[in-house]
Amino acid sequence: MIYPVLEVRGLVNRFGSQVVHDGLDMEVREDEVFGIVGGSGTGKSVLLRSILGLQRPQAGTIRIEGHDITQLAGAALRAVKARYGVTFQQGALYSALNVLQNVQLPMVEYLEALSPSARDELAMLKIRLVGLPADAARKYPAELSGGMVKRVALARALALDPRLLFLDEPTSGLDPIGAAEFDELMLYLQRQLRLTVVMITHDLDSIFRTCNRVGVIVDRRMETDTLERIVDHPHPWIQAYFHGQRASIHLKVGHGA
Amino acid sequence: MVEVRRTEDGVALDLTGEWRALAYPQIDLALAGVDLAGARRLEIATARLAALDLTGAWRLREFVRHAQHSGVEVAFSGTPPDQIRLVDQVLSPLETGEAVPLALHGGGPRGPHIRARALAGIEDTLSVLDKGSPASPVEAEVATLTFIGRHAVTLWRDMIGALAFLGKLASTALHSLRRLRALRPISIARHVYDTGITAIPIVALIAFLISVIIAYMSAQQLRGFGAEIFVVDLVTIGVLRELGVLLTAIIVAGRSGSAFAAEIGSMKLNEEVDALQATGVDPFEALVLPRVLGLVVSLPLLTVVADLIGIVGGAVLCASLLHMPLDQYVNRVSQAISPSTFWVGIIKAPVFAVLIAMAGTHRGMQVRGSSRELGRLTTVAVVQAIFLVILADALFAVLFMEIGV
Repeated sequence: MIYPVLEVRGLVNRFGSQVVHDGLDMEVREDEVFGIVGGSGTGKSVLLRSILGLQRPQAGTIRIEGHDITQLAGAALRAVKARYGVTFQQGALYSALNVLQNVQLPMVEYLEALSPSARDELAMLKIRLVGLPADAARKYPAELSGGMVKRVALARALALDPRLLFLDEPTSGLDPIGAAEFDELMLYLQRQLRLTVVMITHDLDSIFRTCNRVGVIVDRRMETDTLERIVDHPHPWIQAYFHGQRASIHLKVGHGA
Repeated sequence: MVEVRRTEDGVALDLTGEWRALAYPQIDLALAGVDLAGARRLEIATARLAALDLTGAWRLREFVRHAQHSGVEVAFSGTPPDQIRLVDQVLSPLETGEAVPLALHGGGPRGPHIRARALAGIEDTLSVLDKGSPASPVEAEVATLTFIGRHAVTLWRDMIGALAFLGKLASTALHSLRRLRALRPISIARHVYDTGITAIPIVALIAFLISVIIAYMSAQQLRGFGAEIFVVDLVTIGVLRELGVLLTAIIVAGRSGSAFAAEIGSMKLNEEVDALQATGVDPFEALVLPRVLGLVVSLPLLTVVADLIGIVGGAVLCASLLHMPLDQYVNRVSQAISPSTFWVGIIKAPVFAVLIAMAGTHRGMQVRGSSRELGRLTTVAVVQAIFLVILADALFAVLFMEIGV
């Protein structure tokens, strides 16, 4: 790979007089799990929306596998969008479609060549892959538990076998056991399918279990380092985040091991 | 994608390039072009494969299985790719009904009964997808009966539900009467504004056009008898008794009936109604009653506007079409109508208002689950509101004839 999988340079996002990002840089390498951390209102979601092309930044470049999506439109942008999968915080499953149809939707959109029976089997493959029972396929989103919604969202994100996966707070709203299960599932798939994962999260357990590198949004920019080193970053917010009461257990275990 | 070589006892395939989901059409085409006729042995080399994802692996596995079914011996040179093993691991328990299902942490089926259920699910899914068996005549007849029966039951439950809704509305209203604050005057005022004030332009326009239509139609007919003066009677009585209130109600049903259903329905979808209830606020008191009362206030007022504009429209038409001076028109109007003509129309407005508001809020409260439900129930609300208004108007016509007004 010549390019990083995802490269953001000099990103500027402004809403009126409020500056959210001011020259933010970010780089995600192949096969890593990259965690995005930041306080509420620091623009984690705005960053993700910019990367996904849901929102045009005021300045900066965003390259996905070398393609600058801020310069693309139409069919070229669509082609880039087929290369990554996304799960949204609330799942964002299509409520009028059942689980099987939800997973099939990207296939219907991008792969007309797939026969209906091939589509059914491939969708079922993805549903089983994320650990859902087969009888979940006929259920509608309203009938699913929170944990199942997250898994279906993951299965839908994997529908076109992307190499790059964006997860927006994948463990929020799950109990600790469910969250840990989701982390393990994600790691298992990441290794099996050689995925590059970019994950927004607040969940310290999740960060310490899954992330190789972490980018923290502070002062409208991003401080990036490996997990082992970022905890020693001198910035007061990062110190408070990784050395607060809730993080102490991970640091003792992590440094001792 | 695929390079084919004939060997002495079969075919050797050399897979090349990127076997990814987005290249599926090419993969499919390449594999379909491989001719296995007469082959006893199939060798597959994957060393030159640049990438293989699950979609590609699945297609390759399908090809291999197909070859094995037709008696060809399949061998991979080197170890088969990991991706095929993964697909195998996930899908084979579903296909054969044996083997251990892929036990991923947590969500996968654990106990035997859960596994059985999972397999029943997939069989169900696949059998429906595969067969689509043609229905026999007996089955078709049963299906028709089931259809009729189901609809009858639904209709019956709907009626009971509507009655229950009306009852709950009435009891909530009675309870609220004791405390003025519980009537939520500010909320009612907002609904009077939304359903009444903002509807004035369209209601006025429609009322004017209706009086134009009646005047034109009747002038044409009455001219033959030299009885043009009776155009005034037709316009004023028609608008005041029937058309003013009926058309206003239909417009309001379209505007506000749908708005009520959509507002409350989307609040249901967002769990806002649950949140209200959890806070101890009765959604009937906070959402339904203000809308009903607001519309009960605004619809009669709109009807007055429609009546006025209708009579003014009649005057304009009579002046331009029949060259009737204004004082003659006013004179004729006061002869044609009595106070009861106006009241017969206006008395219907609050009744229509309750029907429209009830249809809208009731359907809104029934929304659950999906955005499609929201659309469906909003449609039902409007259709039902208009139907109920016209039905009630017919009943009023019979009633007024019986009591002789």
